[in-house]
Amino acid sequence: MPIIPLSWFLLVGAGLFSIGLYGALARRNAVAVLMGVELLLNAVNINLVAFNRYIVPAQVTGQIFAIFVLAIAAAEAAVGLALIIAIYRTRDTVNLDEIDLLKG
Amino acid sequence: MEFTFLHVIFLAVAGFTLLCGLGVVVSRNLFHSAIWLIGAFAGVAAIYWLLEAEYLAIAQIMIYIGAIATLIVFAIMLSRGMMIGRAKMNNFQAGISAVVGILLFALLAFILLQVEWPVVQQAVVADPIPMMGQAFVTTYVIPFQVIAVLLSVALVGAIMIARER
Repeated sequence: MPIIPLSWFLLVGAGLFSIGLYGALARRNAVAVLMGVELLLNAVNINLVAFNRYIVPAQVTGQIFAIFVLAIAAAEAAVGLALIIAIYRTRDTVNLDEIDLLKG
Repeated sequence: MEFTFLHVIFLAVAGFTLLCGLGVVVSRNLFHSAIWLIGAFAGVAAIYWLLEAEYLAIAQIMIYIGAIATLIVFAIMLSRGMMIGRAKMNNFQAGISAVVGILLFALLAFILLQVEWPVVQQAVVADPIPMMGQAFVTTYVIPFQVIAVLLSVALVGAIMIARER
């Protein structure tokens, strides 16, 4: 039986999401922004698994969604880091405020 | 509600995870950020274990720490973007981002402490892995195929984008 209240897990998820949002919005370096996005995805996964455990413990729906998020995160990290390396080669910087070629 | 040993473990794990998360966003040196990120991933794996999702805890360690963290370290090394020295670490919207983050956390905490969650007092299924495997090839077969195609396309695309020309 679950002893720890559900809201404690949700609070951890909310805290990690807020930290990741700050990292994704505030950092200049593109790799640091990607790390913030990874924290966001992890926070969402905590919520999915916690709801699975506490509200529908006889099913595995939340865990399946967490695995989908995991696969999306892997694809996102691979494409994001490949883009960062390609941009570094052509522009010699990974600071997002200096990458403004499409800015009118 | 009595305070048990499990509560102490949870508070330690949660504190460790949030501390590592904060370390990721406030470290100037990107390599330190990556090390903190590995700590945060390990903390999340421990949270999965506390939620009795052992399979996901193992998957978290293998995929996040084993693959994604390594990939991030490689990207830091290849782009020489360590941010050591006097380079500015945050952009002009750092202040307002901090305010937005704190307000979002306050809003979420306020809401989720108000709601009466329909918690079921029941043990988890004894052997979840066969159930998950069956769900992947019956109920979720279309999303499963789509995600497989997405992952292949993304990885091939990543190679195409990053290769030397």
